[in-house]
Amino acid sequence: MSLKLKALLKSPWVFHLSTGSCNNCDIETLDCLTPRFDIERFGMLLVGSIKHADVLLVSGSCNRMSVERMKALFEQVPKPCLVVAIGTCAGSRGIFKDSYNCPVPLDKIIPVDVYIPGCPPKPEAIIAGAVKLIEKVGGTL
Amino acid sequence: MTIIYLLVFGFAATAILGLITSWIDRKVTARVQYRVGPPFLQPVYDLVKLLGKETLIPAGASKGIFLIAPVIGISGVIAVSTLFWVNQFFSEGFMGDWIVAIYLLTIPSISLILAGFASGNPLASLGASREMKLVIAYELPFILAALVPVISAHSIRLSTIIDSQAGGVFAGSISGILALIVAIMCVQAKLALVPFDIPEAETEIVEGPIVEYSGPGLAIFKLMKNMLFFILPFFLMILFFGGLRLNGINILWTLLEYVGIVAIITVIRNTNPRVRIDQAVRFFWGPMTLIAVVAVILALNGL
Repeated sequence: MSLKLKALLKSPWVFHLSTGSCNNCDIETLDCLTPRFDIERFGMLLVGSIKHADVLLVSGSCNRMSVERMKALFEQVPKPCLVVAIGTCAGSRGIFKDSYNCPVPLDKIIPVDVYIPGCPPKPEAIIAGAVKLIEKVGGTL
Repeated sequence: MTIIYLLVFGFAATAILGLITSWIDRKVTARVQYRVGPPFLQPVYDLVKLLGKETLIPAGASKGIFLIAPVIGISGVIAVSTLFWVNQFFSEGFMGDWIVAIYLLTIPSISLILAGFASGNPLASLGASREMKLVIAYELPFILAALVPVISAHSIRLSTIIDSQAGGVFAGSISGILALIVAIMCVQAKLALVPFDIPEAETEIVEGPIVEYSGPGLAIFKLMKNMLFFILPFFLMILFFGGLRLNGINILWTLLEYVGIVAIITVIRNTNPRVRIDQAVRFFWGPMTLIAVVAVILALNGL
């Protein structure tokens, strides 16, 4: 594995992107930063600017308004970057599958590396998903 | 010889010590919040990762200044740290190098202001304008506080300031301790840490001047911040504690003083909320300047 990718897996800075979720997944994502779970142990930091991000945490069901913004944001992430779909909505649209406002699931729009199911997923599940992401790309914790 | 001083001491030694200092800062912050905190090599991982990322230049940016700003900042930091190391260990320095040090220490802030205005991003411009106001606010008390050792040592050379503290450090006198308090506050603002992280306030204006930077440019800015985190406590030690003394038991004292200053800065950062820019200006031009002036008058009377 290249040094570039190895260093990226040791310090994945995450950017939090909601595409019209009900905010439950967002709250659970923020819980990972609290002292109880402390993902800074793995070098993860929550960054405010998309230009500093390495991992995109996408939650929500990708409605028509937010899809355009999400495409624009995905183009602004400096590559290499990884994408994580958090929650059932981002994974498969969930109960909004037949909604007029959610035309396609997330992985038809941008490439997704890891899905974390749950409505909302527990912080433990999100951390397990992050570990699976790192293992999938080829690193170890 | 100058090249060796610049590369080995000015860049390499300062960068390594700066990365260690930033790890201490993150670890202490984590412990204050009952967290575990990052591993020891985390600052290095961050740096290597950022060097491997793509550089994006925003459409509205002025390209040349956008790319050159980080280089200006880090070259200023390398120059000033070389000045300190050489004065500390190798030669006499030259007449008036104290003034040069004060000038060079503002170069990082200027590079951030350039970076912010060149980004073509409203948040970056806002951050740059706040940075400018903050520089205007803290420079006066900082210079007055740094003047106290000059008055006590009767010399404007850094090496003479270090030598004249062989008998007793300036932090032991009343004027010295007052000036040290002011200087630590100004260092807090120079490093843009809470409560004076107004220029980069992550929750309001994302990261301020460096919001549009990615890849190597961001890496250089992060390294510049980390190197400053070593240099500014080092400057305080030269001014008030007789520099780094590496003979016998004094090694322990040096280590204790250095870690003490870093710990004070970190604890201030972790126990305070962010102030507004007008509050910061009032704080520095009011009480801090007053204390610094009192310290200067006491120093002139030999106290």
